[in-house]
Amino acid sequence: MNKEDHLDLYRKMYLIRLFEESCGENYSKGFIRGFLHLYIGQEAVAVGSIDSLEEKDYIVTHYRDHGHAIARGLSTNGLMAELFGKETGVSKGKGGSMHLFDSEKNFMGGHAIVGAQMPLAAGFALASQYRKEDSVTMVYFGDGATNQGTFHETMNLASVWKLPIVFFLENNFYGMGTSVERIRSNGKSFSNMAEGYGIPSTIVDGMDVIAVKETTKEVVDKVRSGNGPALIEATTFRFQGHSMADPAKYRESSEVDEWRKKDPVESFPEYIISSNIASKEEIEDVKKSVEDEMNAAVKFATESNEPDLESLSKDVYL
Amino acid sequence: MAEITLRQALQKGLSEAIENDPDVFIMGEDIGAYGGAYAITSGFLEKYGPDRIKDTPISEAGFIGAGIGSAAAGLKPIVELMSISFSLVGFDQIVNMAANIRYMSGGQINVPMVIRAPTGAGMQLGATHSQSFETWLCEVPGLKVVAPSNPKDALGLLRSSIKDPNPVIFAESAGLYGTKGEVSEEYYEIEIGKAEIKQEGTDITLISYGHGIPMINKVSEELAKKNVSSEIIDLRSLSPIDYDLINNSVQKTGRALLLDTARKNGGVMAEIATNINEDSGDYLDGPILRVGSEDVPWPYNRKLEQHAMSSVPKIMNKIEQGYSL
Repeated sequence: MNKEDHLDLYRKMYLIRLFEESCGENYSKGFIRGFLHLYIGQEAVAVGSIDSLEEKDYIVTHYRDHGHAIARGLSTNGLMAELFGKETGVSKGKGGSMHLFDSEKNFMGGHAIVGAQMPLAAGFALASQYRKEDSVTMVYFGDGATNQGTFHETMNLASVWKLPIVFFLENNFYGMGTSVERIRSNGKSFSNMAEGYGIPSTIVDGMDVIAVKETTKEVVDKVRSGNGPALIEATTFRFQGHSMADPAKYRESSEVDEWRKKDPVESFPEYIISSNIASKEEIEDVKKSVEDEMNAAVKFATESNEPDLESLSKDVYL
Repeated sequence: MAEITLRQALQKGLSEAIENDPDVFIMGEDIGAYGGAYAITSGFLEKYGPDRIKDTPISEAGFIGAGIGSAAAGLKPIVELMSISFSLVGFDQIVNMAANIRYMSGGQINVPMVIRAPTGAGMQLGATHSQSFETWLCEVPGLKVVAPSNPKDALGLLRSSIKDPNPVIFAESAGLYGTKGEVSEEYYEIEIGKAEIKQEGTDITLISYGHGIPMINKVSEELAKKNVSSEIIDLRSLSPIDYDLINNSVQKTGRALLLDTARKNGGVMAEIATNINEDSGDYLDGPILRVGSEDVPWPYNRKLEQHAMSSVPKIMNKIEQGYSL
C-alpha cells in the first residue's frame, strides 16, 4: 500500500463519519425522517472490506447501509438526496435510508428485514456461478441476524452449492438493545456456526482498516478461485444508539468510551502521520476536500426537487 | 390440435423455456432426482442436467430468496413450491423482496421470476396443505398472480409468465393436473391480466378461476335446465384482474355469481364484487352473489372437507335465493 492508498482509506472513513454526522444533524432539523441507523464507529469495516472487492463483485447489505454505499463509491449527492426524499436520490426518494441501491455499481441494497438479505445474496452468487463468471458476492449482516433462520438456510445452501459468497458479519455486540451474550446459545464465537456448515471463518479487528482490508482480500481471493463460501467476523462497535430514537440505556458509557479509544477515524490518520506515510498537511487537505464534498451534498439534497406525484405509481411493474 | 393434460402442458412450457433460453433454470424441492412432488418435472434432470434443474434443501425462504437474487442478477428462475401453503415459510422473501425491490430501488432492479405452486383443497391433505394463498398475494403490488383452469391456458400463461419481467405467482390447482384439453401445436401466449369468456349468455355472469371453473360449468348446465342463460368468465389472472371484461359482462346480464375456491372471508372475489358494485351497480337486477369455501381450517375427513368446499347445490341454492331464478 502506498501513500495514496492510505489517504484513500482515510478519505472514505472520514467521508462516512461526516456523512453520518450530517445525517444526524439533518434528522434533528426534520429534513430526514423515518428510521435512521448511523454507521459511526464501524467505518473501518465497510471501507477496508469493500476496498478489497472488484467492480464486478456484488454487494448486498442491511439497513445500516450508508457506510457500505459510500465505501462502494455511490455519489454522496445521490445518497443525501435519497435521505432527504428527493427525486435525485439513488432510489428516486422511494427507498430511504434503509433501501439504498445502485445497480451500476452492483450495490444491490439496502435491506431492512434482519437476515432477509442473505438468501437474496446467495442468488447473486448463484447467478455468477451459473454464468461461470468469477465475481464474488459480499453480504453484510450484524450479530442480530445470526439468529434468523435465513442466516442458517443460506449458509447451508451456499456450502452445498459451493457458491462464491463471503458472509461478512459485522459484530457490533448489540442487536438493537440486546447484547450478544444474552442471545448466543453456545457462548462462543460465531465462527462455530460457520464450521457447522463446513464454511471456513476468520475473525478480524474491525477497528483496524488495514487488517480488515488484508483479511478480506485473502478471503475473497480464495472464494473467487472456486473454494466455496467463507465467513469473516469483524468485531466493531457503533458509538451511537441503534437508531436516532435510541438513547442506548442498555449499555454502560464506560463500554462506549473503551471502544472510542480505538476510533479508526482518529487512530488511522495518527498512524499515517506517525509512520511518516503522509504529512499532517496532507491529512488536513483530505479533510478539507471531504468537508467540501459533504457541504455540496447537503446543498444538492436541499435544492433538489421532491418526486412528482406521478412517480407514485411508476417503478412498480415493468 | 392435440389433447393433452394440464400436467403435460406445463411440461411442454417448461421444456421449451429451458431449451430456448439459457437464462432459464428451475429450482425447488425434489424437482430433480425425485421428479417433482406432482411429477411436473419428471425426467427433466436426466434431460437438462443439474445446472438447469436444481434440487434444493428444504429451505423455502433460502431458495425463494436465492431465486429472487438470481433474477435480480438477470437470470430467469422458475421456482417450484410443493404447495402454496409452503409459501408462508418464504413469505418475507416473496413480499418484502420479490415484490418490493423494483419500487424501492427506484426502478433499477427487476425480478423476472416465476413461482409455481400447487393450490387448493379436495385431496384430504388437512389444514396445512390445502389452502389457496394466491388470494393473499393479490394484495401485494409488484406481484402478478395467475391461475389456469385448463391445459391451453396453463401453457399460454406459463409462456407469458416466464417472459414477464416481473415476479409472477403461478397457482396450479392440484386437482386439475390430470385434466385434459386441446392445445394448439402453433405457438401462442395468453396475456397476463386478460380473462376469458368461456361461454356467452344473457341472464347471469358466473365468475371463477382454476378448479372453480369445472364447478361453474356444472352450475351453468343446471341453470340451462331452468332456461337461464349464463355467461361464464374464467379470470385466468387474479392480479391484475380484467375488470373491463367483467363489468361489460355484468352490465349485459345484470346479475353476477362469484365463486371463490379459497375461503370466502377476505378472498379475491370480495374485491371483484366491490369493483362490480362501484362500476356496474346501476345495471344490477339484484345483489352480487358470492360463494366461497367455509371459513374454517381445512379438515382431513372427506365428508367434512367436501362440506367445507363449495358445491353445485350450494351455488344453485345461492342463486335461487338471490335472484328467484
